[in-house]
Amino acid sequence: MRLGLRAWVLGFWTTLRQLGRWPVTLSYPEEQPQIAPRWRGRPVLTRDPDGDERCVACELCSAVCPTHCIELEGDDRPDGRRYARAFRINFSRCIYCGLCEEACPTLAIQLLDEFAFGKERRADFVYPKEALLIDGPGKHPHYRYYDHAGVRIEAATAVPAAAAPLDPLDNRP
Amino acid sequence: MSVLWTLLGMILTIFLLLGIAGFLVFAERRVLALLQNRWGPNRLGPLGVGQALADALKLLTKADFLPSFADPWLYRLAPLLVAFSALAAFAVIPLSPDISWAGDWQIGLLFILALSSLHVYGVFLGGWASGNKFALYGAIRAVAQLVSYELPMGLSLLAIVLLSGSLSLGGMTSAQSLPYILLQPLGFLIFTIAGIAETERLPFDLPEAESELVAGYHTEYGGMPFGFFFLGEYVSLVLTAMLISLLYLGGWHGPWAPGWLWLLGKSALLIFCFFWLRATLPRPRYDQLLHLGWRWLLPLALVNLMGTALVAAGLRWGWL
Repeated sequence: MRLGLRAWVLGFWTTLRQLGRWPVTLSYPEEQPQIAPRWRGRPVLTRDPDGDERCVACELCSAVCPTHCIELEGDDRPDGRRYARAFRINFSRCIYCGLCEEACPTLAIQLLDEFAFGKERRADFVYPKEALLIDGPGKHPHYRYYDHAGVRIEAATAVPAAAAPLDPLDNRP
Repeated sequence: MSVLWTLLGMILTIFLLLGIAGFLVFAERRVLALLQNRWGPNRLGPLGVGQALADALKLLTKADFLPSFADPWLYRLAPLLVAFSALAAFAVIPLSPDISWAGDWQIGLLFILALSSLHVYGVFLGGWASGNKFALYGAIRAVAQLVSYELPMGLSLLAIVLLSGSLSLGGMTSAQSLPYILLQPLGFLIFTIAGIAETERLPFDLPEAESELVAGYHTEYGGMPFGFFFLGEYVSLVLTAMLISLLYLGGWHGPWAPGWLWLLGKSALLIFCFFWLRATLPRPRYDQLLHLGWRWLLPLALVNLMGTALVAAGLRWGWL
Protein backbone atom coordinates (compact mmCIF):
# COMPACT_ATOMS: atom_id res chain seq x y z
CA MET A 1 0.00 0.00 0.00
CA ARG A 2 1.85 3.03 -1.30
CA LEU A 3 1.15 6.19 0.62
CA GLY A 4 0.82 8.96 -1.93
CA LEU A 5 0.23 11.90 0.37
CA ARG A 6 -0.47 14.33 -2.44
CA ALA A 7 -3.16 12.09 -3.90
CA TRP A 8 -4.86 11.82 -0.50
CA VAL A 9 -4.87 15.54 0.10
CA LEU A 10 -6.09 16.18 -3.42
CA GLY A 11 -8.91 13.67 -3.02
CA PHE A 12 -10.13 15.17 0.22
CA TRP A 13 -9.88 18.68 -1.17
CA THR A 14 -11.87 17.68 -4.22
CA THR A 15 -14.84 16.64 -2.14
CA LEU A 16 -14.56 19.49 0.37
CA ARG A 17 -14.43 22.06 -2.43
CA GLN A 18 -17.96 21.08 -3.46
CA LEU A 19 -19.33 22.68 -0.27
CA GLY A 20 -19.29 26.11 -1.86
CA ARG A 21 -20.95 25.02 -5.06
CA TRP A 22 -24.62 25.20 -5.82
CA PRO A 23 -26.28 21.80 -6.32
CA VAL A 24 -26.73 20.76 -9.91
CA THR A 25 -29.95 18.94 -9.05
CA LEU A 26 -33.21 20.60 -10.08
CA SER A 27 -35.93 20.69 -7.44
CA TYR A 28 -38.20 19.29 -10.10
CA PRO A 29 -41.81 20.29 -9.63
CA GLU A 30 -40.83 23.84 -8.67
CA GLU A 31 -37.97 24.19 -11.12
CA GLN A 32 -38.74 22.93 -14.58
CA PRO A 33 -35.91 21.52 -16.64
CA GLN A 34 -34.90 23.22 -19.86
CA ILE A 35 -35.97 20.86 -22.62
CA ALA A 36 -33.52 20.55 -25.50
CA PRO A 37 -34.96 21.07 -29.00
CA ARG A 38 -34.24 17.48 -29.95
CA TRP A 39 -35.70 16.05 -26.77
CA ARG A 40 -37.70 12.87 -27.36
CA GLY A 41 -40.89 13.25 -25.38
CA ARG A 42 -44.36 11.94 -26.07
CA PRO A 43 -45.09 11.22 -29.77
CA VAL A 44 -47.87 13.33 -31.27
CA LEU A 45 -49.56 13.55 -34.68
CA THR A 46 -48.98 16.93 -36.31
CA ARG A 47 -50.80 18.85 -39.02
CA ASP A 48 -49.80 20.57 -42.21
CA PRO A 49 -49.32 24.34 -42.22
CA ASP A 50 -52.80 24.59 -43.74
CA GLY A 51 -54.33 22.53 -40.96
CA ASP A 52 -54.81 19.22 -42.73
CA GLU A 53 -53.66 15.99 -41.11
CA ARG A 54 -50.21 14.87 -42.19
CA CYS A 55 -50.61 11.17 -41.49
CA VAL A 56 -51.20 9.08 -44.62
CA ALA A 57 -51.61 5.78 -42.74
CA CYS A 58 -48.62 4.10 -44.37
CA GLU A 59 -48.07 2.04 -41.19
CA LEU A 60 -44.30 2.47 -41.31
CA CYS A 61 -44.28 3.79 -37.74
CA SER A 62 -46.25 0.79 -36.59
CA ALA A 63 -43.93 -1.55 -38.46
CA VAL A 64 -40.72 -0.05 -37.13
CA CYS A 65 -41.89 0.30 -33.55
CA PRO A 66 -39.77 -2.09 -31.44
CA THR A 67 -42.42 -2.42 -28.75
CA HIS A 68 -45.39 -2.62 -31.11
CA CYS A 69 -47.20 0.11 -29.30
CA ILE A 70 -48.60 1.90 -32.36
CA GLU A 71 -51.77 0.60 -33.92
CA LEU A 72 -53.57 2.27 -36.81
CA GLU A 73 -56.07 1.69 -39.56
CA GLY A 74 -55.86 3.50 -42.86
CA ASP A 75 -58.70 4.51 -45.14
CA ASP A 76 -59.40 6.66 -48.21
CA ARG A 77 -60.97 10.05 -47.81
CA PRO A 78 -63.67 11.13 -50.28
CA ASP A 79 -61.09 13.37 -51.99
CA GLY A 80 -58.90 10.31 -52.61
CA ARG A 81 -56.31 11.01 -49.92
CA ARG A 82 -55.20 8.37 -47.45
CA TYR A 83 -55.76 9.09 -43.80
CA ALA A 84 -55.74 7.21 -40.52
CA ARG A 85 -59.26 6.28 -39.52
CA ALA A 86 -58.01 5.15 -36.13
CA PHE A 87 -54.63 5.71 -34.51
CA ARG A 88 -53.70 4.42 -31.09
CA ILE A 89 -50.45 4.55 -29.14
CA ASN A 90 -50.08 2.58 -25.94
CA PHE A 91 -47.76 4.77 -23.87
CA SER A 92 -47.31 2.16 -21.20
CA ARG A 93 -45.19 0.33 -23.78
CA CYS A 94 -43.62 3.22 -25.67
CA ILE A 95 -39.89 3.56 -25.03
CA TYR A 96 -39.51 6.97 -26.71
CA CYS A 97 -36.87 5.68 -29.10
CA GLY A 98 -38.04 7.98 -31.90
CA LEU A 99 -37.88 5.33 -34.61
CA CYS A 100 -41.46 6.12 -35.63
CA GLU A 101 -40.46 9.74 -36.16
CA GLU A 102 -37.51 8.66 -38.32
CA ALA A 103 -39.67 6.27 -40.33
CA CYS A 104 -42.51 8.69 -40.99
CA PRO A 105 -42.38 9.85 -44.62
CA THR A 106 -44.72 12.79 -44.05
CA LEU A 107 -43.22 14.04 -40.74
CA ALA A 108 -46.62 13.43 -39.19
CA ILE A 109 -45.56 11.63 -36.04
CA GLN A 110 -43.12 13.64 -33.96
CA LEU A 111 -41.69 13.32 -30.49
CA LEU A 112 -42.24 16.67 -28.81
CA ASP A 113 -41.30 17.87 -25.33
CA GLU A 114 -44.00 16.42 -23.07
CA PHE A 115 -42.47 13.89 -20.68
CA ALA A 116 -44.48 13.85 -17.44
CA PHE A 117 -47.87 12.28 -17.93
CA GLY A 118 -48.36 9.75 -15.19
CA LYS A 119 -51.72 8.03 -14.91
CA GLU A 120 -53.40 5.98 -12.26
CA ARG A 121 -54.74 3.26 -14.57
CA ARG A 122 -53.00 1.38 -17.32
CA ALA A 123 -55.94 1.77 -19.66
CA ASP A 124 -55.49 5.53 -19.57
CA PHE A 125 -52.12 5.17 -21.27
CA VAL A 126 -53.74 4.09 -24.53
CA TYR A 127 -54.13 7.39 -26.37
CA PRO A 128 -56.70 7.47 -29.20
CA LYS A 129 -56.22 9.58 -32.29
CA GLU A 130 -58.10 12.57 -30.84
CA ALA A 131 -55.63 12.72 -27.96
CA LEU A 132 -52.60 12.31 -30.21
CA LEU A 133 -53.49 14.88 -32.85
CA ILE A 134 -52.25 18.39 -32.12
CA ASP A 135 -53.22 21.57 -33.90
CA GLY A 136 -49.77 22.71 -34.99
CA PRO A 137 -47.10 21.55 -37.38
CA GLY A 138 -44.66 20.51 -34.62
CA LYS A 139 -40.95 20.85 -35.33
CA HIS A 140 -41.39 21.44 -39.08
CA PRO A 141 -43.60 24.49 -39.49
CA HIS A 142 -43.42 24.81 -43.30
CA TYR A 143 -43.34 21.22 -44.46
CA ARG A 144 -46.16 19.86 -46.61
CA TYR A 145 -45.69 16.34 -47.91
CA TYR A 146 -47.90 16.88 -50.94
CA ASP A 147 -45.74 19.79 -52.09
CA HIS A 148 -42.93 17.32 -52.70
CA ALA A 149 -44.39 13.92 -53.39
CA GLY A 150 -47.44 11.75 -53.38
CA VAL A 151 -49.34 13.85 -55.95
CA ARG A 152 -51.72 11.69 -57.90
CA ILE A 153 -50.79 11.30 -61.58
CA GLU A 154 -54.11 11.35 -63.40
CA ALA A 155 -52.76 9.36 -66.35
CA ALA A 156 -51.84 6.49 -64.12
CA THR A 157 -55.47 5.61 -63.69
CA ALA A 158 -55.42 4.43 -67.28
CA VAL A 159 -53.05 1.55 -66.53
CA PRO A 160 -55.00 -1.68 -67.02
CA ALA A 161 -55.38 -3.50 -63.76
CA ALA A 162 -56.60 -6.62 -65.43
CA ALA A 163 -53.23 -8.40 -65.74
CA ALA A 164 -53.38 -11.94 -64.40
CA PRO A 165 -52.13 -12.27 -60.83
CA LEU A 166 -48.72 -13.84 -60.43
CA ASP A 167 -48.60 -17.45 -59.38
CA PRO A 168 -45.84 -17.42 -56.75
CA LEU A 169 -45.07 -21.11 -57.26
CA ASP A 170 -44.56 -20.64 -60.94
CA ASN A 171 -42.30 -17.64 -60.47
CA ARG A 172 -39.00 -19.54 -60.10
CA PRO A 173 -35.90 -18.53 -62.06
CA MET B 1 -35.50 8.79 45.43
CA SER B 2 -32.08 9.49 44.02
CA VAL B 3 -32.18 6.12 42.27
CA LEU B 4 -35.45 7.12 40.65
CA TRP B 5 -34.02 10.41 39.44
CA THR B 6 -30.96 8.67 38.06
CA LEU B 7 -33.16 6.18 36.25
CA LEU B 8 -35.29 8.95 34.80
CA GLY B 9 -32.20 10.82 33.73
CA MET B 10 -30.76 7.75 32.07
CA ILE B 11 -33.97 7.11 30.16
CA LEU B 12 -33.95 10.74 29.06
CA THR B 13 -30.33 10.39 27.98
CA ILE B 14 -31.20 7.30 25.97
CA PHE B 15 -34.02 9.11 24.19
CA LEU B 16 -31.77 12.09 23.62
CA LEU B 17 -29.11 9.84 22.10
CA LEU B 18 -31.64 8.05 19.91
CA GLY B 19 -32.90 11.44 18.80
CA ILE B 20 -29.36 12.54 18.00
CA ALA B 21 -28.80 9.30 16.08
CA GLY B 22 -31.97 9.87 14.08
CA PHE B 23 -30.92 13.43 13.40
CA LEU B 24 -27.47 12.28 12.33
CA VAL B 25 -28.98 9.95 9.74
CA PHE B 26 -30.67 13.01 8.26
CA ALA B 27 -27.62 15.25 8.74
CA GLU B 28 -25.39 12.73 7.02
CA ARG B 29 -27.69 12.66 4.02
CA ARG B 30 -27.69 16.45 3.79
CA VAL B 31 -23.92 16.76 4.26
CA LEU B 32 -23.23 14.02 1.71
CA ALA B 33 -25.59 15.80 -0.67
CA LEU B 34 -23.71 19.06 -0.14
CA LEU B 35 -20.42 17.33 -0.87
CA GLN B 36 -21.88 15.73 -3.98
CA ASN B 37 -23.62 18.81 -5.45
CA ARG B 38 -27.06 17.50 -4.61
CA TRP B 39 -29.87 18.77 -2.40
CA GLY B 40 -30.54 15.77 -0.21
CA PRO B 41 -33.82 15.42 1.70
CA ASN B 42 -35.17 18.99 1.84
CA ARG B 43 -38.92 18.55 1.66
CA LEU B 44 -40.32 18.00 5.13
CA GLY B 45 -39.97 20.74 7.70
CA PRO B 46 -37.30 23.44 7.86
CA LEU B 47 -34.29 22.35 5.77
CA GLY B 48 -35.94 18.94 5.54
CA VAL B 49 -35.25 18.07 9.16
CA GLY B 50 -38.67 16.40 9.39
CA GLN B 51 -37.19 13.59 7.30
CA ALA B 52 -35.56 12.19 10.46
CA LEU B 53 -38.96 12.03 12.16
CA ALA B 54 -40.60 10.51 9.10
CA ASP B 55 -37.93 7.83 8.89
CA ALA B 56 -38.37 6.98 12.56
CA LEU B 57 -42.15 6.76 12.18
CA LYS B 58 -41.76 4.58 9.12
CA LEU B 59 -39.46 2.17 10.97
CA LEU B 60 -41.81 2.04 13.95
CA THR B 61 -44.86 1.19 11.86
CA LYS B 62 -43.24 -1.62 9.89
CA ALA B 63 -44.27 -5.18 10.64
CA ASP B 64 -42.22 -7.01 13.24
CA PHE B 65 -40.96 -9.82 11.08
CA LEU B 66 -39.38 -13.13 12.06
CA PRO B 67 -38.06 -15.30 9.22
CA SER B 68 -39.11 -18.93 9.50
CA PHE B 69 -35.48 -20.08 9.17
CA ALA B 70 -34.13 -17.74 11.83
CA ASP B 71 -33.20 -18.60 15.39
CA PRO B 72 -35.95 -16.66 17.19
CA TRP B 73 -34.16 -15.88 20.44
CA LEU B 74 -30.80 -14.86 19.05
CA TYR B 75 -32.53 -13.04 16.20
CA ARG B 76 -34.37 -10.87 18.71
CA LEU B 77 -31.40 -10.51 21.02
CA ALA B 78 -28.83 -9.30 18.49
CA PRO B 79 -30.17 -5.81 17.68
CA LEU B 80 -30.75 -5.16 21.37
CA LEU B 81 -27.14 -6.09 22.11
CA VAL B 82 -25.88 -3.72 19.44
CA ALA B 83 -28.05 -0.84 20.61
CA PHE B 84 -27.28 -1.59 24.27
CA SER B 85 -23.53 -1.72 23.77
CA ALA B 86 -23.58 1.61 22.00
CA LEU B 87 -25.90 3.32 24.48
CA ALA B 88 -24.41 1.92 27.67
CA ALA B 89 -20.97 3.26 26.78
CA PHE B 90 -22.34 6.77 27.29
CA ALA B 91 -22.66 6.05 31.02
CA VAL B 92 -18.93 6.71 31.42
CA ILE B 93 -18.58 9.57 28.91
CA PRO B 94 -18.08 12.75 30.92
CA LEU B 95 -19.68 15.79 29.35
CA SER B 96 -17.58 18.01 31.60
CA PRO B 97 -15.46 17.20 34.70
CA ASP B 98 -18.52 16.72 36.90
CA ILE B 99 -21.26 15.63 34.46
CA SER B 100 -21.28 11.87 33.93
CA TRP B 101 -23.70 9.12 34.90
CA ALA B 102 -21.06 6.79 36.28
CA GLY B 103 -19.25 9.58 38.05
CA ASP B 104 -15.52 9.45 37.58
CA TRP B 105 -15.46 5.67 37.30
CA GLN B 106 -11.90 4.42 37.54
CA ILE B 107 -12.25 1.77 34.82
CA GLY B 108 -14.25 3.81 32.33
CA LEU B 109 -11.93 3.04 29.43
CA LEU B 110 -12.04 -0.70 30.10
CA PHE B 111 -15.84 -0.50 30.26
CA ILE B 112 -15.95 1.11 26.84
CA LEU B 113 -13.56 -1.45 25.35
CA ALA B 114 -15.64 -4.26 26.86
CA LEU B 115 -18.81 -2.82 25.37
CA SER B 116 -17.17 -2.48 22.00
CA SER B 117 -16.40 -6.21 22.21
CA LEU B 118 -20.02 -6.87 23.14
CA HIS B 119 -20.97 -5.00 19.98
CA VAL B 120 -19.14 -7.69 18.00
CA TYR B 121 -21.36 -10.33 19.61
CA GLY B 122 -24.47 -8.44 18.63
CA VAL B 123 -23.36 -8.12 15.05
CA PHE B 124 -22.26 -11.72 14.75
CA LEU B 125 -25.35 -13.15 16.42
CA GLY B 126 -27.51 -11.05 14.15
CA GLY B 127 -25.82 -12.47 11.07
CA TRP B 128 -25.76 -16.00 12.40
CA ALA B 129 -29.31 -16.11 13.69
CA SER B 130 -30.74 -14.76 10.45
CA GLY B 131 -30.04 -18.05 8.70
CA ASN B 132 -29.11 -16.16 5.53
CA LYS B 133 -25.83 -16.61 3.70
CA PHE B 134 -25.38 -12.90 2.97
CA ALA B 135 -26.04 -12.10 6.60
CA LEU B 136 -23.53 -14.75 7.64
CA TYR B 137 -20.90 -13.40 5.26
CA GLY B 138 -21.49 -9.92 6.62
CA ALA B 139 -21.20 -11.22 10.16
CA ILE B 140 -17.96 -13.07 9.40
CA ARG B 141 -16.51 -9.96 7.85
CA ALA B 142 -17.70 -7.87 10.78
CA VAL B 143 -16.08 -10.17 13.32
CA ALA B 144 -12.78 -10.29 11.46
CA GLN B 145 -12.77 -6.55 10.97
CA LEU B 146 -13.81 -5.63 14.50
CA VAL B 147 -11.35 -8.04 16.09
CA SER B 148 -8.49 -6.87 13.88
CA TYR B 149 -9.10 -3.23 14.56
CA GLU B 150 -9.73 -3.61 18.27
CA LEU B 151 -6.07 -4.52 18.78
CA PRO B 152 -4.51 -1.33 17.35
CA MET B 153 -7.29 0.65 19.01
CA GLY B 154 -6.50 -0.81 22.44
CA LEU B 155 -2.75 -0.41 21.91
CA SER B 156 -3.06 3.23 20.91
CA LEU B 157 -5.21 3.80 23.98
CA LEU B 158 -2.59 2.14 26.19
CA ALA B 159 -0.12 4.83 25.20
CA ILE B 160 -2.56 7.44 26.47
CA VAL B 161 -3.06 5.49 29.67
CA LEU B 162 0.72 5.58 30.08
CA LEU B 163 0.80 9.32 29.58
CA SER B 164 -2.10 10.19 31.84
CA GLY B 165 -1.70 7.46 34.44
CA SER B 166 -5.45 6.95 34.61
CA LEU B 167 -8.09 4.61 33.20
CA SER B 168 -11.03 6.93 33.79
CA LEU B 169 -12.05 9.11 30.92
CA GLY B 170 -12.36 12.12 33.19
CA GLY B 171 -8.88 11.61 34.53
CA MET B 172 -7.42 11.14 31.08
CA THR B 173 -9.02 14.33 29.85
CA SER B 174 -8.07 16.34 32.89
CA ALA B 175 -4.46 15.21 32.50
CA GLN B 176 -4.20 16.90 29.11
CA SER B 177 -2.42 20.15 29.72
CA LEU B 178 -1.94 20.14 25.99
CA PRO B 179 -4.07 17.93 23.77
CA TYR B 180 -2.69 14.44 23.26
CA ILE B 181 -3.00 14.83 19.50
CA LEU B 182 0.25 16.82 19.78
CA LEU B 183 2.00 14.23 21.93
CA GLN B 184 0.49 11.25 20.15
CA PRO B 185 -0.14 12.15 16.52
CA LEU B 186 0.46 8.57 15.43
CA GLY B 187 -1.81 7.25 18.17
CA PHE B 188 -4.49 9.72 17.13
CA LEU B 189 -4.31 8.56 13.54
CA ILE B 190 -4.46 4.89 14.52
CA PHE B 191 -7.30 5.41 16.96
CA THR B 192 -9.30 7.42 14.43
CA ILE B 193 -8.93 4.82 11.69
CA ALA B 194 -9.67 1.97 14.09
CA GLY B 195 -12.61 3.89 15.54
CA ILE B 196 -14.16 4.37 12.12
CA ALA B 197 -13.59 0.69 11.41
CA GLU B 198 -15.26 -0.19 14.71
CA THR B 199 -18.36 1.77 13.80
CA GLU B 200 -18.42 0.05 10.38
CA ARG B 201 -18.71 3.33 8.54
CA LEU B 202 -18.16 3.85 4.91
CA PRO B 203 -14.53 3.43 4.10
CA PHE B 204 -14.76 0.32 6.29
CA ASP B 205 -18.37 -0.74 5.80
CA LEU B 206 -17.53 -4.16 4.42
CA PRO B 207 -19.81 -6.00 6.87
CA GLU B 208 -22.80 -4.28 5.23
CA ALA B 209 -21.44 -3.64 1.77
CA GLU B 210 -24.66 -3.17 -0.17
CA SER B 211 -23.11 -3.84 -3.54
CA GLU B 212 -21.70 -7.20 -2.48
CA LEU B 213 -23.83 -8.53 0.40
CA VAL B 214 -27.43 -7.42 0.18
CA ALA B 215 -27.21 -5.49 3.43
CA GLY B 216 -24.71 -7.59 5.35
CA TYR B 217 -25.55 -8.86 8.79
CA HIS B 218 -28.90 -7.07 9.00
CA THR B 219 -30.22 -8.35 5.67
CA GLU B 220 -33.09 -10.22 7.31
CA TYR B 221 -34.05 -7.43 9.68
CA GLY B 222 -36.84 -4.97 9.15
CA GLY B 223 -38.76 -2.43 11.17
CA MET B 224 -37.48 -1.48 14.58
CA PRO B 225 -34.99 -4.38 14.98
CA PHE B 226 -33.29 -3.00 11.89
CA GLY B 227 -33.71 0.44 13.41
CA PHE B 228 -31.76 -0.72 16.47
CA PHE B 229 -28.85 -1.79 14.30
CA PHE B 230 -29.03 1.48 12.47
CA LEU B 231 -29.30 3.59 15.61
CA GLY B 232 -26.53 1.53 17.17
CA GLU B 233 -24.27 2.45 14.28
CA TYR B 234 -24.99 6.15 14.59
CA VAL B 235 -24.82 6.16 18.38
CA SER B 236 -21.43 4.51 18.20
CA LEU B 237 -20.47 7.14 15.64
CA VAL B 238 -21.24 9.79 18.24
CA LEU B 239 -19.41 7.69 20.82
CA THR B 240 -16.29 7.44 18.66
CA ALA B 241 -16.32 11.15 17.94
CA MET B 242 -16.69 11.97 21.64
CA LEU B 243 -13.96 9.50 22.59
CA ILE B 244 -11.55 11.01 20.10
CA SER B 245 -12.31 14.52 21.25
CA LEU B 246 -12.01 13.49 24.91
CA LEU B 247 -8.82 11.49 24.57
CA TYR B 248 -6.93 13.34 21.85
CA LEU B 249 -8.42 16.78 21.34
CA GLY B 250 -8.50 17.91 24.95
CA GLY B 251 -12.18 17.22 25.60
CA TRP B 252 -13.72 20.07 27.55
CA HIS B 253 -10.57 22.18 27.64
CA GLY B 254 -10.98 25.37 25.73
CA PRO B 255 -11.29 29.10 26.28
CA TRP B 256 -14.32 31.43 26.32
CA ALA B 257 -17.03 28.77 26.44
CA PRO B 258 -18.35 26.18 28.90
CA GLY B 259 -16.54 22.85 28.73
CA TRP B 260 -19.43 20.74 27.52
CA LEU B 261 -19.90 23.10 24.58
CA TRP B 262 -16.27 22.63 23.59
CA LEU B 263 -16.62 18.87 23.83
CA LEU B 264 -19.79 18.81 21.75
CA GLY B 265 -18.29 21.21 19.22
CA LYS B 266 -15.19 19.09 18.79
CA SER B 267 -17.34 15.98 18.45
CA ALA B 268 -19.57 17.66 15.86
CA LEU B 269 -16.52 18.68 13.85
CA LEU B 270 -15.25 15.10 13.98
CA ILE B 271 -18.62 13.77 12.90
CA PHE B 272 -18.51 16.14 9.94
CA CYS B 273 -15.06 14.75 9.14
CA PHE B 274 -16.50 11.22 9.22
CA PHE B 275 -19.19 12.27 6.74
CA TRP B 276 -16.48 13.87 4.64
CA LEU B 277 -14.46 10.65 4.73
CA ARG B 278 -17.51 8.78 3.57
CA ALA B 279 -18.00 11.17 0.67
CA THR B 280 -14.36 10.86 -0.38
CA LEU B 281 -13.05 7.36 0.09
CA PRO B 282 -14.11 4.22 -1.75
CA ARG B 283 -14.55 0.93 0.06
CA PRO B 284 -11.33 -1.11 0.16
CA ARG B 285 -11.21 -4.73 -0.81
CA TYR B 286 -11.50 -7.16 2.06
CA ASP B 287 -7.86 -8.29 1.98
CA GLN B 288 -6.75 -4.66 1.78
CA LEU B 289 -8.77 -3.95 4.90
CA LEU B 290 -7.14 -6.73 6.90
CA HIS B 291 -3.76 -5.83 5.38
CA LEU B 292 -4.11 -2.29 6.68
CA GLY B 293 -5.21 -3.51 10.08
CA TRP B 294 -2.57 -6.16 10.71
CA ARG B 295 0.44 -4.98 8.74
CA TRP B 296 0.23 -1.25 9.27
CA LEU B 297 -1.91 -0.25 12.20
CA LEU B 298 -0.90 -3.01 14.61
CA PRO B 299 2.91 -2.62 14.18
CA LEU B 300 2.59 1.15 14.20
CA ALA B 301 0.52 1.00 17.35
CA LEU B 302 3.13 -1.25 18.97
CA VAL B 303 5.95 1.11 17.97
CA ASN B 304 3.92 4.02 19.26
CA LEU B 305 3.34 2.27 22.59
CA MET B 306 7.02 1.28 22.95
CA GLY B 307 8.17 4.77 22.11
CA THR B 308 5.76 6.33 24.55
CA ALA B 309 6.79 3.87 27.26
CA LEU B 310 10.49 4.57 26.68
CA VAL B 311 10.00 8.32 26.81
CA ALA B 312 7.78 8.08 29.86
CA ALA B 313 10.30 5.86 31.63
CA GLY B 314 13.10 8.15 30.59
CA LEU B 315 11.30 11.15 32.00
CA ARG B 316 10.51 9.37 35.25
CA TRP B 317 14.00 8.05 35.89
CA GLY B 318 15.79 11.03 34.52
CA TRP B 319 17.42 9.50 31.45
CA LEU B 320 16.16 12.33 29.28
